[in-house]
Amino acid sequence: MKATETKENVLEFVSRYVHKTITGFFTLTKGLDITIKYFVNPKTAITQQYPENRDTLQMFDRFRGHLHMPHDENGKNACTACGICEKSCPNGTISVLATKDLAGKKVLGKYIYRLSQCTFCGLCVEACQFGAITLGKNFELAVYDRNELTWVLNKSDNGAC
Amino acid sequence: MLDTETNNKAMITQSFSNDTPDTQLPEGFRLPPPDDEESEEFFVNIGPQHPSTHGVLRVVVRLNGETVVEAVPHLGYIHRGIEKMAESQTYIQNIHLSDRLDYLSAFSNNLCLCMVVEQALDIGVPERGEYIRVIVSELQRLQSHLLWWGVLGMDMGGFSTFFYGFRERELINDIFEEMCGARLTVNYFRPGGSSLDVPDTFIPRVKNVISALRKVLDEYNNLLNRNIIFLERTKGIGLMSKETALSYGCTGGVLRGSGINYDVRKNNPYSIYNQFDFDVPLGRVGDSYDRCQVRMEEMEQSLRILEQAVVRFPGGPHRSQPKQNYKLPKGSYYSQVETPRGLLGVYIVSDGGTTPYRLKYRSPNFSNLSVLNEIAAGHKVADLITIMSTLDLVIPDIDR
Amino acid sequence: MMPSAELYPVNNFIGDAVRSLFPPHVAAVINGLIALLSLMALVGSLGAVLIYLERKVSAHFQLRFGPMRVGPHGLLQALADGIKAIFKEILKPEGADTFIFFLAPLLPVSAAFLILAIIPFDHHLQVADPAGGVLYVLGVSGLSVLGILLAGWASNNKYSLLGAMRSGAQMVSFEISLALLMLLIVMLSGTASLRGIVLAQQGTIFDWWIFKLPFLGILAFIMYLVASTAELNRTPFDIAEAESELTGGFATEYSGIGFAMFFLGEFVNMFVSSCLVTTFFLGGFHAPLFGLPVIDPILSLIPGFICFFAKAFLIVFLYMWFRWTFPRVRVDQLMYLEWRIMLPANLLLLMLAGLFVAQGWAG
Repeated sequence: MKATETKENVLEFVSRYVHKTITGFFTLTKGLDITIKYFVNPKTAITQQYPENRDTLQMFDRFRGHLHMPHDENGKNACTACGICEKSCPNGTISVLATKDLAGKKVLGKYIYRLSQCTFCGLCVEACQFGAITLGKNFELAVYDRNELTWVLNKSDNGAC
Repeated sequence: MLDTETNNKAMITQSFSNDTPDTQLPEGFRLPPPDDEESEEFFVNIGPQHPSTHGVLRVVVRLNGETVVEAVPHLGYIHRGIEKMAESQTYIQNIHLSDRLDYLSAFSNNLCLCMVVEQALDIGVPERGEYIRVIVSELQRLQSHLLWWGVLGMDMGGFSTFFYGFRERELINDIFEEMCGARLTVNYFRPGGSSLDVPDTFIPRVKNVISALRKVLDEYNNLLNRNIIFLERTKGIGLMSKETALSYGCTGGVLRGSGINYDVRKNNPYSIYNQFDFDVPLGRVGDSYDRCQVRMEEMEQSLRILEQAVVRFPGGPHRSQPKQNYKLPKGSYYSQVETPRGLLGVYIVSDGGTTPYRLKYRSPNFSNLSVLNEIAAGHKVADLITIMSTLDLVIPDIDR
Repeated sequence: MMPSAELYPVNNFIGDAVRSLFPPHVAAVINGLIALLSLMALVGSLGAVLIYLERKVSAHFQLRFGPMRVGPHGLLQALADGIKAIFKEILKPEGADTFIFFLAPLLPVSAAFLILAIIPFDHHLQVADPAGGVLYVLGVSGLSVLGILLAGWASNNKYSLLGAMRSGAQMVSFEISLALLMLLIVMLSGTASLRGIVLAQQGTIFDWWIFKLPFLGILAFIMYLVASTAELNRTPFDIAEAESELTGGFATEYSGIGFAMFFLGEFVNMFVSSCLVTTFFLGGFHAPLFGLPVIDPILSLIPGFICFFAKAFLIVFLYMWFRWTFPRVRVDQLMYLEWRIMLPANLLLLMLAGLFVAQGWAG
């Protein structure tokens, strides 16, 4: 505590010193007051015990997990192999390999999705006019082998969905 | 046997005199002093991996005992070439890239890009779209300032503030997740409005956030901002005069902390901010304490805007003229927004195609960081950390 | 030698049993060995308990749960941490002074042991009671400072040296305040032996030094807490290990068991400090009697060491509470606090205490 520019006498200095010390001390006790309130009330804890709570964990409807192609009961999907999703993806995550069916019409052969490159932006879903692809709710996507990150989405038994 | 003494000296000068004349130093940065036997100065390297640099930033500090003589930031550790990538992406794909600039103000980044496209193509935004933009931008501001406050306490050693700040922030993140599916990299706004309409629970959740935050802001002030230890550590530290702030191009809380009244929402209003009633808090002296209090007050003002907006929230369409590909006519366009950190500007030069010819981001954090050497000289090392904290930096925005 | 047939809940029956079985000199040696072993057991188990307690307490202050997986509610977490620390590779940086580098972590723990030897846990649970107990404590606590300084020096690392120097300056300054406050208590109690100080607080709860004198006791208590927090290098005075500034401080270069020793040393020192606070201010092993004839007989049935440990753990909780609430103080502000606020206040309190003693209001 230095003396101020205007010369103050000893009494003023001491009183300012004492006042600052005491008010400073009481700001500290106010802070202590706040933390002790949270300590004595364990219900205020906001963390979740993941992964023990997997059963009750619910993501929001619009949550952007990985891409998947829903199939109906007959195993049919809504993709027409137009390729708009492939063009709208910013970094080439999707490859639509089209083939011709027996009638010569263009149908979907393989729908390749590279999870290692996907940024989960959702532009492909936004671009698709047929509702063939959606972003699901799964977010536990870590694997041990990099080759497992390239999926083929239009078969229902490759473990992608 | 090697002469260990001279070898050690050679190693030291090698590792720290990286600013040799081979690499061109920007003007104004001083070279390290010659190897002087009597000099008591030494170099300390803070970062790039460090708990307090808010990202990957390397600051080479020249210390004399405990006092900072010079602090030179070295950038580029998280440069990803976003501006170069932008030249091969369409405008909608660029929106998802702009999330990753300053990830704590992702919505504002998206908004600026959309505003440029709207300005170029003369697209109007429906009223509901504008209200969504304002509400979401203010929620973003609250979320960013809450994180800033938590990290400020943590940098100063009071680790509990981090968790208290994040508690309210979770409410806001839940709103974002329900609205667009992501908490951080949102990719939500589009030219003409927003990509999806807000769900029905949006307005009740925003009201919940307003009431929760009103109850708790006073508590935050008592825990940290009125604490005598905090006051002693921030008052008089990092004094920045008005001239310094203006000449380095600082914006946002840093500029307003020095007393200059410039807020893009008031001086150059965009969206429908001119229909809302709010104040712009200003500092008096320009020290760290003023910068902190300016941001706490900004949270209050954001709550005010939110309260007015939820009352008047209209119905209607959320986007006008939805399109997939935008072709901007030839020319150059510029737009700016007030992110939680300062003034973000987006400058696009278009040659008539679906991708920009050149996309330039005027990043607020870059200018705010540049003032570090000026205001940290003469303070202690601990003050350097405090000053960096109050500048509210997010490093990916600097490196892009 | 005190007669052992006193009406206290815990008798010195182990000591008596040994003495009845063996000749006096052998009995003395065996008693000494038993005391040492029990002290080591205490320190070992304390380390584990305190580490677990710190993590749980800090978690509950921060709205979370802390360790919950290793054992029910994370009770075995300290064991897991200990096993991990033992299995880690012990690194020595090139250019570090080997002997000093490996000696340094042992010093704070040794200091803790030595001070624990004279703390009166109960009437007959004290390993030794030198007449100048307070002087002994002051002397031995210098070992902790030495340990930290040696660690910083021997690491051959600029950051460690900086941290150690700051820490050394801090601890040496606050020892002055501690010494003056201990002098205050010695003046009031009339004796420098720790057992004597505890016995001088005999009676009801209002005879404890914290309550006995009009606000002198509470002021001294608060200042002692502040000074001992600085001695322990805990927040708000943890500049030596400031994680967010110069990562790691004096213990940057230590790994495995060396680091565990520093960590353990800090926690055991914290417990030792709280034992000293209990002894000086909170009446040691005396039960909190209120002077009401209804509950006093029940309260005096509580064994002394349980009262002692309860009070000590209350002070430990206070230390933890301070750590998780306050931000850190800067180095020069720390020195300011000591030399320009605490030292004058201590001298003032000494004068007041002298006045009280002269008037006969104390002890």
